Amino acid sequence: MLTAAVLMVGIYCAQAQSKGKAFFAMNSTAGLWTCCLLLLAVILQLALYMKYRLQSIIRSRRVRRRQPQLENVTAHIRQLNNRQLTALLQVKQQTKMKMLVLIALGCSLSAKAQDINPTPLMNQTGIIITIILILIPMLVGIALMIFKLRRVIGNYRRKVYQEDSTQLASYLDDINDAEILNELSQRKAALDYSLGHDELAGTQAAADKKGLLSDISNENDINFITRKKPSPARPPIDPALGKLVLWFLGTATFWLLFGTTVGEYVGIKFVSPDVDHVSWLSFGRLRPVHTNAVFWGWASLAMLGLGYYIVPRVSNTSIASLKGGWYTLILVNAAVVLGTICLMAGINNAGGEYREYVWPVMALFAIGLCITLGNFLQTIARRTSKEIYISNWYIVSAVIFAIVIVLVAYLPFWQDGLGETIIQGYYMHQGVGMWFMLFMLGVTYYFLPQQLNRPIYSYSLGILAFWSQIVFYTVIGTHHFVFSSIPWWLQTVAIVGSAGMLIPVTSGSTNFFMTFRNGWHKLADSYTLPFFLVGLVFYFTGSMQGTAEAFRYTNLIWHFTDFTVAHSHITMYGIITFLLWAAIYTVVPRLTGKEPPQITIGIHFWLALIGLLFYTIPLMYGATYRGIMWQSGKPFIDSVVFMAPYWLWRAIGGSLMWTSHIVFAYNMYKMLVANSAPDIKDAALKKLSEQYLKGSISSPI
Amino acid sequence: MELFDNHKTLYSTALGLFLLLTLGVAILPAISNEQNNAPLPEAPVLSEDAVKGKALFVANGCVACHTQQVRNVEMDKIWGERPGIAADYADNHRTDLFHNTATLMGTERTGPDLTNVGKRQPSRDWQLVHLFNPRTVVEQSIMPAYTWLFDIKDSLKEGDVVVNVPEAFLASPHQKVVASREALQLVAYLQSLQQVKLPDEKSPLFLYKREKLADNGGAPAALNGAELYANNCQSCHQPNGEGLKGAFPPLKGSKIVLNDDPELMVDIIMNGYSGRVQEGFGEMPAVGTLNKLSAGEVAAIMNHERSSWGNNSRKVTEEQVKTLMEKVKK
Repeated sequence: MLTAAVLMVGIYCAQAQSKGKAFFAMNSTAGLWTCCLLLLAVILQLALYMKYRLQSIIRSRRVRRRQPQLENVTAHIRQLNNRQLTALLQVKQQTKMKMLVLIALGCSLSAKAQDINPTPLMNQTGIIITIILILIPMLVGIALMIFKLRRVIGNYRRKVYQEDSTQLASYLDDINDAEILNELSQRKAALDYSLGHDELAGTQAAADKKGLLSDISNENDINFITRKKPSPARPPIDPALGKLVLWFLGTATFWLLFGTTVGEYVGIKFVSPDVDHVSWLSFGRLRPVHTNAVFWGWASLAMLGLGYYIVPRVSNTSIASLKGGWYTLILVNAAVVLGTICLMAGINNAGGEYREYVWPVMALFAIGLCITLGNFLQTIARRTSKEIYISNWYIVSAVIFAIVIVLVAYLPFWQDGLGETIIQGYYMHQGVGMWFMLFMLGVTYYFLPQQLNRPIYSYSLGILAFWSQIVFYTVIGTHHFVFSSIPWWLQTVAIVGSAGMLIPVTSGSTNFFMTFRNGWHKLADSYTLPFFLVGLVFYFTGSMQGTAEAFRYTNLIWHFTDFTVAHSHITMYGIITFLLWAAIYTVVPRLTGKEPPQITIGIHFWLALIGLLFYTIPLMYGATYRGIMWQSGKPFIDSVVFMAPYWLWRAIGGSLMWTSHIVFAYNMYKMLVANSAPDIKDAALKKLSEQYLKGSISSPI
Repeated sequence: MELFDNHKTLYSTALGLFLLLTLGVAILPAISNEQNNAPLPEAPVLSEDAVKGKALFVANGCVACHTQQVRNVEMDKIWGERPGIAADYADNHRTDLFHNTATLMGTERTGPDLTNVGKRQPSRDWQLVHLFNPRTVVEQSIMPAYTWLFDIKDSLKEGDVVVNVPEAFLASPHQKVVASREALQLVAYLQSLQQVKLPDEKSPLFLYKREKLADNGGAPAALNGAELYANNCQSCHQPNGEGLKGAFPPLKGSKIVLNDDPELMVDIIMNGYSGRVQEGFGEMPAVGTLNKLSAGEVAAIMNHERSSWGNNSRKVTEEQVKTLMEKVKK
């Protein structure tokens, strides 16, 4: 019935809309019919409600009537019950009558509802209004009936309870049987029983003969924060190499803080352009300071540090030259320091993005990379395993490609006129894809399976991703200059290459997510896996977004707007930086033996993630509309005014991200230098061995 | 696989593939572009000041927000008369030992494109005051203020180029703002940014034409005087039509704008004006001719100016403007 009514409303709804009239206007027939049918539906529902209430009462009465027979208590009670039941039966008979009337009413109403056809008469507004006017008092009447019914039911229940209690009291009064009393006291003893806490464990002390248990906590505090597992012990590595890796990661952390402080300040300048009038702090000079410091300072140094950890590990040997590592560390840091000073002083290479450092500065970086490349290759040459693990494919190739890219970008032979722009498109995109992305994929291929404690899903997919990344990524640079005066065929090649990027991206992400399969529960008690997961999710979405941005039509809307800025933060921050954090939180405790505080890792993670979303989503939204405004020929300044709130959101998101970096730096401090609570056991053992060496204790053997 | 278990072959293969592709999509196209393009015959040689100005443009990272490329799409038509071609950039070379070629095409348009800014906004007075603080002339601008390119003095020397900065942007009303040599060089560079005409009048097409509204019956949509004013006039005469005291004269209540005879107004728009330079106002460039405004567009702008900010003057028609444009043509 109800369905029929709703269906009819639906049909009228559709009819009214097809006529193009306002659906809920009171002067339209369809609207009136809707009111009418809605009222009917309400009435039907109320009738049904009453029916169910009555039925439930009847059912409960039947149960009550049966209960005494089943329990087979005294005849005395049964008799009393019987007499009352006869009285009750009469009440029941009356209520049944009432209910029948109601059901009949409901049926007639529903019959009416089905009979209603849009005959000419029924299309008359007056008639419909009359029907509604009749239905309204019916509704009120039914409502009143329900109230009445509820009172009757309540009265009946109260009566039954009273009778039951009197009955029970007299029965209890009559009990004098010793057997029953005994039974009751036995029941009381059973109810009083409670567990003694040693039913499963037994009374003997536990023995862990295979050393399966560790890090047992006897503190029973309330868990405000989920306790994550500390990193498991790994085979020890050469402390000298450990020190080098920590220096790489430590200086990287400094550049992250510095670079994003500059970025934050530059973001504020969009909201408040007159915040300073100092040439060294002007927007055009600080922007490349920010981008280069986070590229060559933060991400590159952190990656190199992780590389120095991973390459010897998966080659199952020691690093070829520690000294080489230190040279690289010093050269790269020197490049970023000098580059930053040059840029702020107004000395730059001529404005190509990420190519702003002048060549003497970038040469330091390139020499550092060359030293590291030799170092890695020598290490791999003396590996003790036959095959080269895929991490080393990615990492070493990334270093090789980075050197090629820097050479191509800085050698002057092909930089005249538009040649500079063609090289620029190639350079900036290869820097992102063949240096940062390729290197981080190698790092992920090492740490992710380890953290999940399972092998990588498919080695072949990793190899496919490797070669297809080289084939497609290398050609996509020019998609930053679609519709420019760069040859049209070159633009097309770049767009096709961008579409081809679907192959390495899907095979790579499939590989990682399939490695995650059945291991999702491990997310909850690991503090590194959430960073990996976010990085991998952005790897998929950020890379796909890159493909979407490359098409000619999307270029019309998004090119030259802040959409590109949002995209580069989704990738360089969402992918690279999150994966770097995941790896750093994995490696540093292994090297120092100090765990970071779990609460500050949580704060770091959430601030960074929420900050990134606040940064990118409003910027993408605003930029899309800005592009559409340009397309429709609106005055340029209007699009500047339009962007103001989105730039404010960017500054807010940026502030959250920046705060998270301070927390990250604090975590680094806790992992690197903070004094953890002294271990009494270690101290005691040390004392004992000292005493033993002095000879004050005789040798145990 | 044997190939992949040998680090020498593995990494050489990867490097070889990468180098091959690099040659194909970067180095060879760049070299062929260099060899097959020459500067356009009418392309002027940058003056010494403009060359130094370009170096300042590079040093201050202006390319972070300003592109210099007119794409071959209809929406870029406001930045130039024709799409850019490779020859436009052919005269860019490495400047010195430390600086690479500055093509300055850019990738962000946080601010307007500058390909043709020398034609669009040729007024030195405007460029200077805008550089000192962009918010003096464009209230909503978020461009940085380049105050360090200016000297603030109490007394003037001969040869000083004074910039008419509104009092609100100065610490005291007695201060004079004088453009430094760098500021003048930077403006010289901006003034030199003009699209060069192609020799055979044949330029590439703008793609993705804006669709005409179907229910308009093919007739061109009514021109929006306010938008045209914003694009062509507003940066000097301001959104409120009051101009900038001492720099750009007001249109609100202006005798020329309110004059029933529109001839002088059309003349000024098409040919520029220097009649009020003695009062300290800057010289007006020939906006209408430089920006290639049609008679209909000029009429729309004039009617906007004649009916806004309390101005209430007789409207002009497109035909009227057309005849006057012929008449004042030099």
